Amino acid sequence: MEVLNLLAGGFAIAFEPLNLALVVFGCAIGLFVGAMPGLGSVNGVAILLPMTFLVPPESAIIFLAALYYGAMYGGAISSIMLGIPGASTAVATTFDGRPLALQGKADVALISAAVASFVGGTISVVLFTLFAPPLAEIALTFGSPEIFALMVLAFATFIGLGGDDIPKTLFSIFIGLAMSAVGLDIISGQPRLIFFGLPGFYHGINFLVLAIGIYGIGEMLWTVEVSRGKMSISQATMSLRRIVDGVIGLKSSVKTMLMGSFLGYFVGILPAAGATPGSLMAYGVAKTISKDPGSFGKGNVDGVVAPEAANNAASTGAMLPMLTLGIPGSPTTAILLGGMVIWGLEPGPLLFVEHSDFVWGLIASLYAANLFALLINIAFIPAFIWVLRMPFTILAPIIFVLCIVGGYAPTQDMHDVWLMLIFGIVGYLMRKLDYPLAPAVLAIVLGPLAEPALRQSLLISNGSFAIFFERPFAGVIMVIALGLLILPVLQKIVRYARRSA
Amino acid sequence: MRRAEFVMAVVMALVSLYLMWKSAELPVGWIPDEGPGGGAFPFWLGAGMLVCTLWIFLRWFRRTSEVSRSSEAYFDGRALTLFLIVGGSLTVMIGSIHLVGVYGAVPLFLAFYMRFLGRHGWPTTGAVALSTPIVAFFFFEIALNITLPKGLTEPLFYPLYDIFL
Repeated sequence: MEVLNLLAGGFAIAFEPLNLALVVFGCAIGLFVGAMPGLGSVNGVAILLPMTFLVPPESAIIFLAALYYGAMYGGAISSIMLGIPGASTAVATTFDGRPLALQGKADVALISAAVASFVGGTISVVLFTLFAPPLAEIALTFGSPEIFALMVLAFATFIGLGGDDIPKTLFSIFIGLAMSAVGLDIISGQPRLIFFGLPGFYHGINFLVLAIGIYGIGEMLWTVEVSRGKMSISQATMSLRRIVDGVIGLKSSVKTMLMGSFLGYFVGILPAAGATPGSLMAYGVAKTISKDPGSFGKGNVDGVVAPEAANNAASTGAMLPMLTLGIPGSPTTAILLGGMVIWGLEPGPLLFVEHSDFVWGLIASLYAANLFALLINIAFIPAFIWVLRMPFTILAPIIFVLCIVGGYAPTQDMHDVWLMLIFGIVGYLMRKLDYPLAPAVLAIVLGPLAEPALRQSLLISNGSFAIFFERPFAGVIMVIALGLLILPVLQKIVRYARRSA
Repeated sequence: MRRAEFVMAVVMALVSLYLMWKSAELPVGWIPDEGPGGGAFPFWLGAGMLVCTLWIFLRWFRRTSEVSRSSEAYFDGRALTLFLIVGGSLTVMIGSIHLVGVYGAVPLFLAFYMRFLGRHGWPTTGAVALSTPIVAFFFFEIALNITLPKGLTEPLFYPLYDIFL
C-alpha cells in the first residue's frame, strides 16, 4: 500500500505543468532521435544533456528519461520504413518489420511496434515500481566492499556476456577507469595525471567529454562512412480505421508481447546486455515458440512485436540498478547517472531516502512517458516519415555543432572541446577495429565511485583483498562476477571438447 | 585491417606505459594508515592496459581475432577522403573558435559542409548556417547564461548584451 501512496505523490510531481511538458517534449525528441539512422537513445541523451541545464535537475532527469523512452519507440520507425535500424536496439525489428513494409503493410508493422512498445514499457514500469523499493532497502546496508564488488560485477558482465573481443573489452574498461582518475586525487588532494602539464586536466576529464566524443562525434563519423548509399522509404497509409484494425489484429500476439516484456526487463538489468541483446533474444524466443517459425523473416507480426516489447522493457530494466544501486544497466543510464551526480542527486539506495519525492516523480513520469510516446508515435507517424527524408548532410553538421557547443557548456573550457574531438576520432578509429567503447563510458562514470570504494575497503582490511569475499553480500556478488569472467573460458572448453568428441 | 590492428596495439601499449610512468609521480605503494597511494589506482590500470595490448598483439600474431584475419582495407579510398574532409573541417572549426569565436566558426563550418559535401543550394545552406547561431545565442547566452567563446568578434556583441542582459 505504501508503494501506491508514494506513487500517487509521484504522479502529483509528474503532472506539474513543467514536468508534464518536458515529458511530452522529451518523448517527441526521443522519437525523432530514435528514428534517425545513426542516432539512438545514448546519442540523444549524451548530446542533449548539457542543454538541460536550463531546467531544475529533477525536471532535467525526467526529460532525459522520457527521451530515452521515446527513442526506443522511434527506433522501430526507420527499421520498418527504411530497413535501416534507427538505433542498434531496433536491429531485430528490421527482420520482419521491413518485409511487412515491402508487402504494403507498413502501417500494420508500425502500429504493432508502437503497441508492443507500450505494453513492454508499461509492464516493465510496474515491475520497476515493485522491485525498486525492496532492492534499495537491501542496498542501504551496503558498505564500500559491497559497492566495489557491484562495480566488478558490472564490468564482469561485459566480459562474460558482451560477446566482444575480450582483451579489447578489458582494455576499454581500464582506459575508462584511468581517465576518471585524472585530476586531483580524491583522498590526498594531490594533482594527478596532469598530462603534458596542461592546466585543463586539473578539473579532471568530465564524463560528458568522453560520452559526447564517442556517441556524438565518433558516431557521426561512423554514420558518415556507413551511410554512403541511397535509402528508399516505404509508403504508409494511415487512417483511424486501419489503426483500430491493426490494434485488434494484435490479439494473437499478446503472448509474444508478454514474453518479450519480461525477457527484456530482466536482460535490461544486466549492465552489458541491455536493450539490443534483449530484443534479439526476444526475437529468437518468439521464433522458437511460434507455431509457424518459417514465416519469421518474411513479415510475421510477432517478429516485430517481440523485439519492440523487449527493447522498451529493457530500457526500464536498465534504470533499476542505476537508481537503486548506483550501477547503470546500459550506456544511456550510465550517462544519466553521470548527469545526476553533477546535479547532486547521486543515485543509490540513499536517493530513495533523501530524495524520495524525486524518485517517485521520475517513476510516475515513466508511466506518463509511455502513454505519450504511444500517442505521439501513432498520431505523428507521417511527420516522422517526412523527417526521415531530411538529408543526412544537413543533419550531420548540425549535430557536430551541437556536440561542440554541448561539450563546451559544462566546464566552459576549450581544452575539453579539443579533448572531445580527439576522443571522437580515436574512438572511431578504435571502433573500426572492434574495440567496444560502451565499457569505457561506463567506466569513466563509475571510476570516481569505484576508486574510493576500493581504497576504503583496502584500508578497512589493511590491504587484504579477502575483504571482498568475507562479507556475505560482497562475497556472493564477487563469486557471480568471477563466474562471469570465466564464462568465456568455459564456453571455449565446451566448444573444444565438442569438436574433439 | 591487419596492419591497423598492429599499429593500434603498439600505440595503445605506448599510451599504457606513459600512463604508468605518469601515475608513478604519486606514491603507488602502500602508505601506512592511508591505504594505497594516490598513484596506485591508475598505475595498476595502466599495467592492466599493457597486459591487454600484449594479449591483443598475441591474438594478432596467432590470427585469432577477426580483424587480424581480415584482408579488407582499414579505409578504402573514398572513406579516407570523407574522413579527412569531415575530421579536418571539424578541427579547423574548433581551431577557428579561438580566433573568430563560435558565432564565426559555426556558420562557416555549416556552410562548408552543406554546400561542398551535401551539394545543397545556397538558400537552404544560408538558412541553416545563419539560423543555427541565432538559436544558439538565445539558448546559451540568454536562457542558460553560458557565454560561448567569441574571440575577435567579442566587440560586435556589446550592443546585444545591452539589449538582452
